[in-house]
Amino acid sequence: MSDPNQNSSMSNFWFRSWRPSTDGNGTGTSLTSPSQVGWALLTPVATIVIAVFLAGIILLAIGSNPITAAQSMWSSGLRQESIIDILNRATPLYLAAVAVAIGFRMNIFNIGVEGQYILAALIAAKVGAEINIWAPLHVLVIVLTAMAVGMAWVAVPAILKVTRGVHEVISTIMMNAIGVSFVAAILLQRWDEPTASLNTKTKDIPPSGRMPDLNEIVELVSRDIDRVQLPSGQIIETSKLWGFLMVAIIVGLIYHYFINRTRPGFDIRAGGVNPLAAEVAGVDPNRTVLTAMLMSGAVAGLVGLPEILGRDYFYGLQFTQQLGFSGIAVALVGQNHAGGIALAALLFGVLDTTGPILDADGHAPEEIVTIIKGTMIFTAIIVYAVARRKRLAEQARLASKVLSAKERPDTPIAENPA
Amino acid sequence: MAGSADMVASGEWPSEKKDQGAGAREVVIELQGITKRFPGVIANEDINLKIFKGEIHAVCGENGAGKSTLMKIIYGMQPPDEGSIVLNGTEVHFHSPKDAIDSGIGMVHQHFMLAGYLSVLENIVLGAEKDFYRGLLKRGKSKSQEQIEKLCSIYGLEVDLNANLETLEVGQRQKVEIIKALYRGAEILILDEPTSVLVPQEVEELFETMREMASQGKTILFIDHKLDEVLAIADRITVVRAGRSVATVNKDEVTAGELAELMIGSELPTPEIFEEVESDEVLFQVEALNLAADHGAPAQSSKLLLKDINFAIRQGEIVGIAGVEGNGQAELVEALLGVRHVTSGSVTMCGDDITDWSTRERRESQLGYIPEDRHEMGLLLPSPLWENTMLGHQGSEPYATGGFWLHPSATKAKCAEMVKEFDVRTPNVNVPADALSGGNQQKLIIGREMTMNPKVLIAAHPTRGIDIGAQDAVWEKLRVARQNGLAVLLVSADLDELIGLSDRLLVILRGAIVAELNPAEVTPKELGSYMTGAKFETESSMV
Repeated sequence: MSDPNQNSSMSNFWFRSWRPSTDGNGTGTSLTSPSQVGWALLTPVATIVIAVFLAGIILLAIGSNPITAAQSMWSSGLRQESIIDILNRATPLYLAAVAVAIGFRMNIFNIGVEGQYILAALIAAKVGAEINIWAPLHVLVIVLTAMAVGMAWVAVPAILKVTRGVHEVISTIMMNAIGVSFVAAILLQRWDEPTASLNTKTKDIPPSGRMPDLNEIVELVSRDIDRVQLPSGQIIETSKLWGFLMVAIIVGLIYHYFINRTRPGFDIRAGGVNPLAAEVAGVDPNRTVLTAMLMSGAVAGLVGLPEILGRDYFYGLQFTQQLGFSGIAVALVGQNHAGGIALAALLFGVLDTTGPILDADGHAPEEIVTIIKGTMIFTAIIVYAVARRKRLAEQARLASKVLSAKERPDTPIAENPA
Repeated sequence: MAGSADMVASGEWPSEKKDQGAGAREVVIELQGITKRFPGVIANEDINLKIFKGEIHAVCGENGAGKSTLMKIIYGMQPPDEGSIVLNGTEVHFHSPKDAIDSGIGMVHQHFMLAGYLSVLENIVLGAEKDFYRGLLKRGKSKSQEQIEKLCSIYGLEVDLNANLETLEVGQRQKVEIIKALYRGAEILILDEPTSVLVPQEVEELFETMREMASQGKTILFIDHKLDEVLAIADRITVVRAGRSVATVNKDEVTAGELAELMIGSELPTPEIFEEVESDEVLFQVEALNLAADHGAPAQSSKLLLKDINFAIRQGEIVGIAGVEGNGQAELVEALLGVRHVTSGSVTMCGDDITDWSTRERRESQLGYIPEDRHEMGLLLPSPLWENTMLGHQGSEPYATGGFWLHPSATKAKCAEMVKEFDVRTPNVNVPADALSGGNQQKLIIGREMTMNPKVLIAAHPTRGIDIGAQDAVWEKLRVARQNGLAVLLVSADLDELIGLSDRLLVILRGAIVAELNPAEVTPKELGSYMTGAKFETESSMV
């Protein structure tokens, strides 16, 4: 039987003969496969290609021509007004998806984004209408109110989870029902502002509490936005790019840096990947769950503000609902990555905005868009799972290539004790 | 590599010699060179095994030694990467358990595979209905029911066939599983840790059934790591260690102590010259520590997982904790890490009372930790190596500044250094941790802890499930750290590791420290008798 020492020194020799060449950052190595980068690009592209292909088959199946349908979606989507609509649609979707993604990173399923943002929007709109202060501060108060309400509404499931182990899926769904009913009740009974129109709505937020639009930026990079003259003689722009887009971008950046570049972000990710390993590494599970859920709630509180601060200036019956649930889908397709979610939110924005053209042009019912979105979610999940497995297999192969000079563990020869 | 050829040659397993005087018996199943690899682990390597008709054959080995994988291969749940299975003289290739069942192999899993809301009878016929439903239509006893009743009476398996499965005790459910396998025509029955779920009386009953079955010509292959049980029931015993079959012995020719030695391995760590580097400075002290099973309950009213633990570790000292698994080692480690809150007592580290400190405070005050299960507790498997480098130190320099901002590039550079210094074989620092082999994962963990210059290190089973080369490297690092003044608490099931590395040995039994031994004087066999409590029946050497 050979000496184990000799054995391991031999393997040291083999290891040294290989030694990876690390650059200054310690990242680049001689054995990095170029296809590693390939995978990262391939997966989102593959998702979209497969989803579009499947959508084409569905269109064919219902007797439409997918080529002409795509052409009319394409040409309608490229119009300036459509691009503004797409961005306006993507903004709240992005915020909702980031809210969901923060939870996902720790394996927490915040289904309650829906209730959190609707309640937050109502209360923030009401608070905004009741005060009248210096403009930037006014907007800030509204934004902070919305975040606080979102946090407060998620705090109940969060506390139930860490103290009593109540599963957040159950409790956040309950909180959705309570929140949405509460909004309806209080809006109808207490906060309804009598107006000439039949709309049930809160009082208007004064101009100081409104978010300026980004139309000047649009006009800078594109042509002038169409203007119409109202009967009153006032000239207004026909579409507006909501200012909250900037907030969404900032939230995305903060999310990215928080999750990837800070210790609490690392704690959240570690807790999501391996709760036990995280705990022995000093990550307090309860505190981290609370942090992640409260942050998710805070971002969720922002979801309703783009349209309130950018278009309506009040909370009324026309307020867009279901964004919380769409956010789950967007987070899934975007794989919880700040950039990926942005792309997914834009993609959903495109589909939502250009979908109606299918109906108008007589290609297909508008519902085909819902089918495409559903297909895309499935495709994304499958493609990412397959890609992950392939990548792991490839890296394991690489790792074993390094081990090709592996020490053969010498066979322990046990004497028969008899 | 000239050496490797020699090693392979010398590695050929002399299993033939082990089957002394057995030539006359009929071999029902033979495994030849079974090898099974998973990403990061070699579960089985070159396993050779012969099983005779009508015998009760035990496969024993430590947790993670590869016993269950081996059984799954025989039962067709997983194909072997290499090697062959010869059943009654012909080589077989099972693609699924169905193939194995058709060839007369049955298996009772550790976690039962039964349907809760069905009756016992329905559970037994489920998936093998044959004429069962025809029988139901006739409203009489079906042929299958008669057949099952006959099986029950032959093997003394008394179960009410019409009872709802929900109402059955664990032991009864196990019987249902056994009948199920027999009903499917099993001639070879595999039992995966059958006694782990049973109380002693039920174990006796099970053994009775097993003997009955063997006497009727059935062959039984069972997994167990409780040595007294193995010796009580098995005819022959195969010991699996680190995925290899190290020996097959007849029950009459082996003692529990010898079996334990085979299980944990008998290579002593290379005896290095032990310089006395101990100082008198106590770095870590545990006093009167109690831990109740029911968190928050007063110590008297609840079962104590840890009872009145007292010990101190001095600078440059390795204190080994020896004990049979499940005697409180895991709880002790968790209590010292602050994951479990102690019921009473105190823990002091470097002069600070850390009893009420959080896990993070402890780890950031340089309490290093090598977890007993690197996959469960030590690594973020899908995350890249450099992120794993931070784990446990994510608030410390150079990985973070101010305990808040992380520095991926500095971490990658540190990880690259670590890979170099601790000989972690990896293509680069960006591969996910699960792409590495077990030994390399463990070297990364050791590197991660050692790089942070801990003052006290808790090392739980630091060499479990890794190959000998890596094991040697880990031991070397621990020795060097000790010489540099580290205080180490070493928890291990490997007696040779404990004896070879420790300066002092503490024996833990049922949550209490029952003996303090000098590793220079104790033999593995003696240590084993302390660990099982056998020693105290003859003499009292309580500390």
